[in-house]
Amino acid sequence: MFNYLIKRLIYSIPILIGITVITFSVMYFTPGKPTDMIADFNIKVTSEAKERLVALYGLDKPVHVQYWNWLRRVVVLDFGSSFKDGRPASQKILERLPATVLLNVLSILLMLIIAVPVGIYSAVRRYSLLDRILTVIVFICFSVPAFWVALLLMIVVGLWLGWLPISGLTSFNFENLSLFGKVLDLAKHLILPLIVSTLGSFAVLSRYIRSGMLDVLKQDYIKTAYAKGLSKKQVIFNHALKNALLPLITIVGLSIPGLIGGSFIIETIFSYPGMGRLGYDAIMARDYPVIMGIGVISAFLTLLGNIIADVLYSTADPRIRYK
Amino acid sequence: MKVKNKTLKSKNNNCYLLIVICSLFLFSCSSKEFQQQEIVSDNSSPVYGDAFITAIGSDVSFMNPILASDSPSGSVNAMIFNGLIKYDENFNLTCDLAESFDVSDDGLIITFNLRKNVKWHDGEPFTAKDVKFTYDVLVDTNTKTPYSSSFMLVKELKIIDDYTIKVYYDRPFAPNLESWGMSIVPEHVFRGHDFNDAPANRRPVGTGPYKFESWQTDQKIVLAANPDYFEGKPFISKYIIRVIPDSSVQFLELRNESLDSITLTPDQWHAYESFFKHYDKYRHPTFTFTFLGFNRLRKPFDNNEFQKAIELAINKKDVIDGVLLGTGIEINGIYPPQSWAYKELPNSEYNPEKAIEILLSLGFKDINNDGYLEYNGKPFEFTITTNQGSKQRELSAQIIQQHLKKIGIKVNVRIIEFSTFINQYIAKRDFDAVIIGWSTTFDPDQYSLWHSQQTAPRQYNFLSYNNPKVDKLFEDARTTFDIEKRKKMYHEIQDIMYEDPPCIFLYCPDSLTALHKRFRGVKDAPIGVGYNFIEWWTPRSEIKYSF
Repeated sequence: MFNYLIKRLIYSIPILIGITVITFSVMYFTPGKPTDMIADFNIKVTSEAKERLVALYGLDKPVHVQYWNWLRRVVVLDFGSSFKDGRPASQKILERLPATVLLNVLSILLMLIIAVPVGIYSAVRRYSLLDRILTVIVFICFSVPAFWVALLLMIVVGLWLGWLPISGLTSFNFENLSLFGKVLDLAKHLILPLIVSTLGSFAVLSRYIRSGMLDVLKQDYIKTAYAKGLSKKQVIFNHALKNALLPLITIVGLSIPGLIGGSFIIETIFSYPGMGRLGYDAIMARDYPVIMGIGVISAFLTLLGNIIADVLYSTADPRIRYK
Repeated sequence: MKVKNKTLKSKNNNCYLLIVICSLFLFSCSSKEFQQQEIVSDNSSPVYGDAFITAIGSDVSFMNPILASDSPSGSVNAMIFNGLIKYDENFNLTCDLAESFDVSDDGLIITFNLRKNVKWHDGEPFTAKDVKFTYDVLVDTNTKTPYSSSFMLVKELKIIDDYTIKVYYDRPFAPNLESWGMSIVPEHVFRGHDFNDAPANRRPVGTGPYKFESWQTDQKIVLAANPDYFEGKPFISKYIIRVIPDSSVQFLELRNESLDSITLTPDQWHAYESFFKHYDKYRHPTFTFTFLGFNRLRKPFDNNEFQKAIELAINKKDVIDGVLLGTGIEINGIYPPQSWAYKELPNSEYNPEKAIEILLSLGFKDINNDGYLEYNGKPFEFTITTNQGSKQRELSAQIIQQHLKKIGIKVNVRIIEFSTFINQYIAKRDFDAVIIGWSTTFDPDQYSLWHSQQTAPRQYNFLSYNNPKVDKLFEDARTTFDIEKRKKMYHEIQDIMYEDPPCIFLYCPDSLTALHKRFRGVKDAPIGVGYNFIEWWTPRSEIKYSF
């Protein structure tokens, strides 16, 4: 097991480097320069001034030199400075992380809390009235566009009822609030983004669990359990549930990079200062250091998530053992 | 300051942990964040207090006017910094940090006498050294500024004494004076730092009416009234800018009265009156114009007759009604009516029959009766390219597509992401037609847009417009300081361009603003409402926020 882990970690290094090479080249071959947003189509900026900026950002060097310069700095965890505002890319990313992780962790928890019972109920009571109703609700949740639900909730809960703030992460007077006041303020701002970001993912997950559970319920050992005379409750919770939840490991493992990924749409609508907006803005502005920083961190977390999921699998499922 | 921030941050982290627990109780508590003050008193004389809350679509990049080039940064920096001169409400150059200024008769020397009572926000006096420093960083090749060009023309900048500056030029250049509207930055704050990433770029020290207080990235910026401002302390105590990327969310926040002012989109402008119960709406023409331009390096787009036929077939009023819902004006030249260089000329007519006549005379004919004209016997179509992200340009392209279909011209519309659009299409001259707009300076010098020498890949005459008379007039006008003489030249340019238009001018959109009614002292001027912000105030009984 230990050897396996070491091997996996060592294999990850070339993969990680490969990912950075691909990201860097895709970015390099995308038309446009970071100086476009700063300087182009601005009548006050002449072409000489533009050339000067290009040289100052080191963009006139050949691509392999640019990549090598970047890689040399990354080894010592220096992701360079953002072209947009001159601040270190790592600082910009770190400053977004708490808000993003907060929203996503809460969202995943909420998703599990809702999706698991709904999925199990739907499987056990298949084709019952409630199962059908739940199925309809789940498909509605899955199909409605997030931005539409978000705007609707903002109008109803924020504007008409005035219960919750419409957008943002904190109120103006946040600094002056007591600790309890701060928690309350933050929580109020989080409710709407949380509902919207959970809506789609909960729907998907509950369907996974429903079908997983249905598969398990058809197995011979379930029949055996019933034959032994166990109660339905015991069969479902002691025998079926554990096995039906196995795919959850993969899903949660794969959602680790999503924890820091953020969602551009939800963050934009709720004016939420998260990673999704940072990444999107960086791409549109060709802010290479920030794009690469986010790319490396996401790649790292994806690999880590995969390894963790594999390890958890081997612990949870005795049929899988690594040598 | 730094230490304080750190403690706040760690407190926030503690908060995060508690939220799960608290979130269950939340729907029951629903008080508004701020308590309204209900004190009845005299409402006729200005009082200090209250806050003004506005929104920007994306965060500020640098709170350093030399480095920042995006418009959100511009609007925030304008509250914190001053230039030597500025434009007044009627677009005339007037004094700002300068007490007076003088341009020598040959236009080669500009003398500025500086105000003596000005202090930086940290208490240091403002002197000629700061002006010299600002000039030095602007021309320093290591400074990441896009604004170096106007200052590269300076031969020498001399400090005469603490409050007098003389700027020498090799050649007379009329827009030189305007360039000194550039904000002045403090020497003592940047001394010993790399200008490009000095701490002051995020914690600015300026001379303006508002002092920097706090900046939470991508959330909000708080500015506080500067009690020592040389034109008097502003009445509104705080100026708060929230970052709200989505314009419909900005509008919701406005309806919720949690924002005091936003820029409206045309459809928001036309929303039900009840939405604006607490707001006044202001509408101003802007120094921008949107046009349909043809690539003159391709045939038949280089033919003025072809362009004229297309112009006759486009119903501009229809475009303005469809795209701007009427909140804009039809234009036929490069200057908006509020510019001193503007010359009134009759608008182009909408006459599709005449358009078809011209096209037939150029060799267009519908041979195979498919409803579309063929050119010299071959099928003809062209593509209008525009950048993604501008709803107005996309809509304009679609409306024009419909108009041209009526006269049998097949048009495709292609919408490309901004950077790609510039690099792959504009810079490489790989387009038939583009819809794009210019946001111009108040000074009418548009040499860089239309002069035939400005056609290198990254220069701005990408339509390859070439008219020697226009070239000459632009050259002469930018070296003439006498306004009346300049005006005559620009009128002549407009006359020539009327006969030989560089493109099809479409419209000039209005800027649309909503502003909360509680503010008094607001003056509606040609330049817009914000220009006298320091004189705005709210009556005591209507003060919404207290600190």
